[in-house]
Amino acid sequence: MDILVENLTKVYGSQRAVDNISFRVKTGEVLGFLGPNGAGKTTTMKAITSYLTPTSGEIHVGEYSVTDEAGDVKKQIGYLPEQNPLYGDMPVLDYLKFVAEIQGIKKEHIKSRMLEMVKVCGLEDEKHKKINELSKGYKQRVGLAQAMIHDPEVLILDEPTSGLDPNQIIEIRELIKTIGREKTVILSSHILAEVEATCDRILIINKGQIVADGTANDLRKQAQGQEILKLTIEEGDSNTIFETIKGLDTIDTVDLMDEENRFEIQSKSNMSSRRSIFNMCVEKSWILTEITLVETKLEDIFRELTMK
Amino acid sequence: MREIWILARRELRSFFNSLMAYMLLVAFLGFSGFFTWISGADIFLVGQASLQSFFGIAYWSLFFFIPGLTMGQLAEENRSGTIELLMTKPVSLWQVITSKFLSTWLLIAIALAFTLPYYITVATLGPIDHGAVWTGYLGLLLMSGAYISIGLFASSISNNQIVGFLLALLIGIMFHILFGILSASFTGIIGGVLNYLSLSTHFESISRGVIDTKDLIYFLSLIVLGLASAEFVMVRKRR
Repeated sequence: MDILVENLTKVYGSQRAVDNISFRVKTGEVLGFLGPNGAGKTTTMKAITSYLTPTSGEIHVGEYSVTDEAGDVKKQIGYLPEQNPLYGDMPVLDYLKFVAEIQGIKKEHIKSRMLEMVKVCGLEDEKHKKINELSKGYKQRVGLAQAMIHDPEVLILDEPTSGLDPNQIIEIRELIKTIGREKTVILSSHILAEVEATCDRILIINKGQIVADGTANDLRKQAQGQEILKLTIEEGDSNTIFETIKGLDTIDTVDLMDEENRFEIQSKSNMSSRRSIFNMCVEKSWILTEITLVETKLEDIFRELTMK
Repeated sequence: MREIWILARRELRSFFNSLMAYMLLVAFLGFSGFFTWISGADIFLVGQASLQSFFGIAYWSLFFFIPGLTMGQLAEENRSGTIELLMTKPVSLWQVITSKFLSTWLLIAIALAFTLPYYITVATLGPIDHGAVWTGYLGLLLMSGAYISIGLFASSISNNQIVGFLLALLIGIMFHILFGILSASFTGIIGGVLNYLSLSTHFESISRGVIDTKDLIYFLSLIVLGLASAEFVMVRKRR
């Protein structure tokens, strides 16, 4: 089920939390929302779930309009809110049963769905405990279980792995990926590695506007106008090497990093110097012991886009 | 309707899980039993086979107990954010609020049902006006409905339970006695209006055994008004 967001704007008082955002998520796609705190991620997600009414703009989930057919939309959506609110006085199983009933799952399927969720989310040992007695990580699993219990077409997860231990994070990521093959998933996160590991597509939001949209590789290419290489040449006079490298026509800048002939060089935009450096070393009989392409990290892209 | 029942069942279960229900039952039965049978203007002092003294006690004890039951219902949903959870499920705000109303009402009805032995006891002691007893119970139920609805409205205003409790008492006391007292000092239209607004006027006329549509309309409109105001406040909070 596709999600289509068109010109979504949400104004709180004088602050534009979300400012004219448009994007589309296709079935079988996992979309990651990235952005600093207060960028509008949660607001956008809440608007898709119909919890918040947009100031202007249209959202469609499948063929249903979120503003006009909220009831139909809600049945298609599984939602894990950021604070993960739960009824603490209920035992886990009772709570899952309650959510299953509310979602209109047929009586004969409720039990099997509950057990499946308990298994998938690793709640086997905790299922009879009251939710208040669970640790944060287990509460998070309960939150995930209630979001997925009715096997929704669309999953909206606001920071799904917060509070989980590393093993559980990996399990949940795998789970999200598996679900994402057939369903539509939107998740938000602060953890860039997580978004990169789980999501097919990344949307970076800053101050209520989309500042980047694409796969992790797309974003890298976008930010990576110039190639950066680190190289080490054994022996030889650093000054000579420096001058020779500088003489290559693809090179923009050269920096000598330390005394051991380590250089950081930046190529001119849209050019690669790797071949010419290799050829230069062959020609001069220099021993090239290291040549590394410095990948622009997602962190850098993120910082660059959101610090403006 | 199915959704309301699912939601109401959860509320009832949480009443019984949190001991709230037992505390209400024990406190209400203890309090009303003590003053009906043992102390004050009790049945033996009155010397009539009538439950009027019980209804008088229940009228006051429910007035204080109900805000205790309702104070947290919407305040907690707002504070903990579980309302967001409910509102992103296929249920409406109105269904959530009415389910809370109905479950609390049912709990009060259960508490009142436990006092039916009073009725049976008194009926064996002397000739009792059966009609007046049933309308008396009806009056208590309707009054409870009105205060539950006011309590839910009060609970929707602040995320703080204590505010919900005090506000419910504050609004309640106006209907409970203030309008009645004020109406005595006014004449003409104002006096009439205040007299109509006073809950005790309607409660007394029903518990005397007269079911007047005027009284029914009064209680039902209070209930609907309270619930609708609670919904209004909750919708405003979400924006």
